[in-house]
Amino acid sequence: MAQLTKGKTGEWETVIGMEVHAQVIAESKLFSGASTKFGADPNSQVSLVDAAMPGMLPVLNEHVVEQAIKTGLGINSKVNRTSVFARKNYFYPDLPQGYQISQFDKPIVGEGKIEIDLKDGTVKEIGITRMHLEQDAGKSLHDQHPTKSYVDLNRSGCALMEIVSEPDIRGPEEAAAYISKLRMILRYLGTCDGNMDEGSMRADVNISVRKPGGELGTRAEIKNVNSVKAVQQSIDFEVARQIEILEDGGEIKQETRLWDPDKNETRSMRSKEEAHDYRYFPDPDLLPLELSQEQIDAIKKTLPELPDEKKHRFIGEFGLSAYDASVLIAERSRADYYETVAKDRDAKLAANWVINELLGILNKNDQDILDAPIKAEQLGGLISLISDNTISGKIAKDVFAEMYKTGNDAAAIVEEKGLKQVTDTDAIEAVIDEVIAENPDNVAAYQGGKDKLFGFFVGQVMKKSQGKANPAAVNELLKKKLS
Amino acid sequence: MSMDKKTVRKVAGLARIKMDDAELETMAPQLSKIIDWIEQLSEVNTDNVKPLANVVSIDLPLREDKITDGDCADKVLTNAPEEVQNFFVVSKIVE
Repeated sequence: MAQLTKGKTGEWETVIGMEVHAQVIAESKLFSGASTKFGADPNSQVSLVDAAMPGMLPVLNEHVVEQAIKTGLGINSKVNRTSVFARKNYFYPDLPQGYQISQFDKPIVGEGKIEIDLKDGTVKEIGITRMHLEQDAGKSLHDQHPTKSYVDLNRSGCALMEIVSEPDIRGPEEAAAYISKLRMILRYLGTCDGNMDEGSMRADVNISVRKPGGELGTRAEIKNVNSVKAVQQSIDFEVARQIEILEDGGEIKQETRLWDPDKNETRSMRSKEEAHDYRYFPDPDLLPLELSQEQIDAIKKTLPELPDEKKHRFIGEFGLSAYDASVLIAERSRADYYETVAKDRDAKLAANWVINELLGILNKNDQDILDAPIKAEQLGGLISLISDNTISGKIAKDVFAEMYKTGNDAAAIVEEKGLKQVTDTDAIEAVIDEVIAENPDNVAAYQGGKDKLFGFFVGQVMKKSQGKANPAAVNELLKKKLS
Repeated sequence: MSMDKKTVRKVAGLARIKMDDAELETMAPQLSKIIDWIEQLSEVNTDNVKPLANVVSIDLPLREDKITDGDCADKVLTNAPEEVQNFFVVSKIVE
């Protein structure tokens, strides 16, 4: 459903296309052997190629090419057998070459599409226009000195994939779903770590508004949008700004605007206006990149099961709801954990425990599932104990807490603490008799028609048995004894 | 194709070359001549000719993804106009 925004003159439709820059996971840079590791000392990971010293020649990183092919296949796009590197010319202190090596009219990946999941349960296709490889620029620090900027070239020359979408996105929710899904796919593929805090995934958002079904409006390009939240906030701000201008009879200027996360606003980057003449031409230092169909097919065979396929399998194979399945597939490590827990066990019960208990406590303590003190096999052991009635669901929560604290197996904890469920009818009857004897008034009231007191008796029996009595047996026997 | 003063000023700006009016007057006809000369190439019919990237048939060389370079901040910074703690220091550029 297209999301419409109400203005003074009626409803407006938002049209969005996104350019996502994703840093390729590789040891070394796109065209040089310097390290790509994040957070090193300034200019310690810069080769003379990255610093653009005269006479230095770029040599393409073979692994980065494979990563780009993998990504292209993962976003259901056409991998081009021939692509060409081109120079994009502009001057900026963090770009020592005076040009960025990018791809222009012949990118490595062409058209494709990905599916996004919306909150109302619907699925929408977003077209991919293209994906190309390019060099990242260095990093400028502006807050270290009143009149100077500091430049660190460590990031200069790292390989980026720029993934360009069609203008198919219709509002902040779809934009957030798009970038989240893209991030998920790249992380599954292992081609980008998706870490937006460290800048390894960044988005430029192209936004325009129009009357529903009307002609496309003039767009503004928003840069520096570096979190899913910022994507949504910047769209909200920009849509309101554009509608206000148009409704007051003004015109939208095609321009580049910067998102300011502190002030929650976009503002014009005037300096970029003149620089938009990039004078692309094929890089004379690099021959066209030719790929064989065999190479592309071989990489296709190595693709892991991708998020959407996994989601559909979880729904079909394990009978999970679409919501539960989408929570479990959000991270590959999470899905793997779940599958180990669910193997040969009650898959729905396993999903409830992973989502509600395990992810609950991990989120609370800001831990990753890979560092969970309870291993998948151990949680599986707990599920087995619930399924074969060794312990009740309530006791299981105490056992879970103990497992989380100590890392011990469920069976060992149950054994050590004597938590085995009492299913022995005689033992439960004895407890019930005690409870009845101690509460003659309540028994009379219950038998006089106060049905609600049943819960009181169940509570008393459970309390006396320290929670170990089987709740189903307690219910059944209590009903018999009280009638 | 003739290059007028306005075009030359724009190109000079993009190349970060400072030129006064007199220089633009001199350069405009000179650049026009160079471009006219190169434009002779368009007289050749290339309808069925594929673009040629290189005259010898070689593939783009690739390298293994290994760290073989870097860790030479001193060399990288040799020509820096100014440096502080291994950062290049330049005039403030801020949006």
